[in-house]
Amino acid sequence: MAPVRVDLSDDQEFFRETARRFIEAEVPVSVVREWHDLPDGYPQSWWQAAAELGWTSLMVPETLGGGSISGRPIVDLTIVADEMGRGVVPGPFMPTNVVADTLGRSGTDDQQSLLEGVMAGEVVLAWAHCEPGGDWSAGHVAAAASSSNGGYLITGTKTAVEAGAQANRLLVTARTPDGLAQFLLPSDAPGITITPQDSLDLGRRFAEVRFEGVAVGPESVVGEPGAAAEADVERQRLVTVLLQCADNAGSAAKVLEFTVEYAFDRYSFGRPLASYQALKHRFADMKLWSEASQAAVDGAADALAAGDDEARMVSVAKSYVGDHSVDLMQDCVQIHGGIGVTYEHDLHLYLRRATVNRGLFGTPAEHRDALSEMVGY
Amino acid sequence: MDDFVYAATDPAELAEYRDEVETWMNENMPRRDPVNPWHPTHDDDLKSTRNRELQRRLSDGGYAAVCYPKEYGGQSLTIAHQRIIDDVSMDFDMPILFSVPTLSICGPTILECGTEEQKQRYIPAWIRGDELWVQFMSEPSGGSDMAGALTRADRDGDTFVINGSKIWSTFAQRSDYALMLARTNWEVPKHRGLTMFIVPIHHPGIEIHPIQMVDGTEEFCQEYFNDVIIPAENVVGEVDDGWTVASRLLFHERAAVGNASPYTQGRHRNRSADGLDDLADIARDFGGNVGRQRQRLGETETFSRVEVLLSDRVVKGIESGYFPAPAGSLVRLFHGVSRADRLTVAMELHGDRALVWNQGEDTGSYGVEFVQRQQTCIGGGTTEMARNIISERILGMPRELAADRDLPFNQVPRSG
Repeated sequence: MAPVRVDLSDDQEFFRETARRFIEAEVPVSVVREWHDLPDGYPQSWWQAAAELGWTSLMVPETLGGGSISGRPIVDLTIVADEMGRGVVPGPFMPTNVVADTLGRSGTDDQQSLLEGVMAGEVVLAWAHCEPGGDWSAGHVAAAASSSNGGYLITGTKTAVEAGAQANRLLVTARTPDGLAQFLLPSDAPGITITPQDSLDLGRRFAEVRFEGVAVGPESVVGEPGAAAEADVERQRLVTVLLQCADNAGSAAKVLEFTVEYAFDRYSFGRPLASYQALKHRFADMKLWSEASQAAVDGAADALAAGDDEARMVSVAKSYVGDHSVDLMQDCVQIHGGIGVTYEHDLHLYLRRATVNRGLFGTPAEHRDALSEMVGY
Repeated sequence: MDDFVYAATDPAELAEYRDEVETWMNENMPRRDPVNPWHPTHDDDLKSTRNRELQRRLSDGGYAAVCYPKEYGGQSLTIAHQRIIDDVSMDFDMPILFSVPTLSICGPTILECGTEEQKQRYIPAWIRGDELWVQFMSEPSGGSDMAGALTRADRDGDTFVINGSKIWSTFAQRSDYALMLARTNWEVPKHRGLTMFIVPIHHPGIEIHPIQMVDGTEEFCQEYFNDVIIPAENVVGEVDDGWTVASRLLFHERAAVGNASPYTQGRHRNRSADGLDDLADIARDFGGNVGRQRQRLGETETFSRVEVLLSDRVVKGIESGYFPAPAGSLVRLFHGVSRADRLTVAMELHGDRALVWNQGEDTGSYGVEFVQRQQTCIGGGTTEMARNIISERILGMPRELAADRDLPFNQVPRSG
């Protein structure tokens, strides 16, 4: 009984099952560990195979060759995120989909022509947004795009850019005299320096991206500077946070499953751990957190799909799932005992990834602050 | 049988039904009191009369407890129909007193385990609003160990003679009948010597004492039975097989509390909107550390939203067979924990005004509610029992050792 949505259609269930089988066959955790040593964290051929399953085409409009399973692409996307979390699967899934979504809705014809490569797994996209000391909100963006020769000159530093060193194109959020603007740039454009960063997560890759007077033409602008760009940034933020939560809900469910199994197999004082009430009650709490996390993810996905109160429901999800998924994993470490804090055990792979998801794009506490404003404080 | 049967329903038919219910409610049910929509009166007599009258109106319109079979006065409709009525009725005054335990706990237990005569005699009377029921299950000595009941029922020809005491019955002094679990055999292990009875409450030998709670209310009662004579035809199920009946009753209680029962009717205030704006106002009015107050408000908003989503997930999951029926305990546990948290936040936001206040102010009620906070984790099955059920019946972990399992009940050690 893996916590997935309880209202999946037959098509969605088939899609989910295909994703799980693909992950189990191609990227079991033993392989995930081997891929830690690859510079990109995954082989290109594997990402292309994942793309063939539809992992990068859900958010792309049908008119551009993409399409979702259910007509609610954001919901279908969480199905994959859930499964990737269960398997601690690396790969540029989040940033590629988030940027593809924006290109599909706001990109020029030229920019949208890239999506074919994205759907084939040949083009990877990254979103250069957060800045050192930043708080992930659009209001904090300091990178400047000043007008120059009919185009712009971009200067600034972005940090924790997921897949920054793997991406063929970067979506850069910067400030212009007309408000926020976004630019799609080749990652090898002159003036861009991409430096891989180390991360708690051993699977996914992050980079610092510096823009030192990068000259771009008007054709690089995605959408309209100002209110339209701000709306795009907000949508990117919400989709990213939703995917983090789905990923953590999947991870937490998986960790709970193998820890429950361990509690049945592990005997002390002549009894299985699962027979001790002190532990049973902790497992009951963890089961509750896991199911409630899934419910929070589904509620946020539904809100985004319907365009109804999505900022609130996404913050509710991050506030709840961010904390409870990580607390659940720490408790599972405790129940495992010493083996739970060894490198050999898989637990830390999940905990590392979940902790990164918890903190990037707003901590649970920051999302609670946001919620307090929404209830009128 | 561990699950309800949920018949598939056609969306178009449901949409039509919603229109029909809206029209009927607008024409026939009173709107909620705008000043005090959820608790229009604290007068128990008035509450009882009002609820009976409202239930009668619903019944006359054909919208009372619609999931009961037609032959007993229901409409043989699905849970989807009942939920439509619940949605629409949010703006109207509803006979909430009949929902739990009469219609949703006692009702389905009689429907499943009662004789044909009992069903024909009692079910239509609830649906029409004529009779309100309570549960006589817990005992002063018992707590969560319901099968350890000490109240005795001794056979005397065609009757049983009852002696003992029950506790925590809700609103018993204004109710008509109770389902009561009593011991009929002391020579066998505890689960095998119990019998379930239908007991008329206002009956010679029964004394009812209201219990004053920390906040001063007297919603709960304790009953004393002194040679109360009950006819044998009032036995539900078989003599000495009362635990089978009680297990069904507990199942229906969990379903009702977990919002998964087709037999609940009407709804309490939507918890997602349960006064959060008020809390924000309070936080501003009473000052204090802004950063901490923001966190507390955000936390409360998180819990109340997730509670609604979880409840929805569990209901849908039980319907689809994804969850086993005991999953209602997940909702019960979440509710207990989040409600306790919320009451703590409400007190803290009031600062010292919840602790010491000027005469005539009501800020002290938040302090009192905090003191009574754990009620939400105790009543209707403790959160510890919920954790047992989740670990044992959802995760499949070994059941707790019961020292009294195979021992004749008269040899079981007991307190005092």
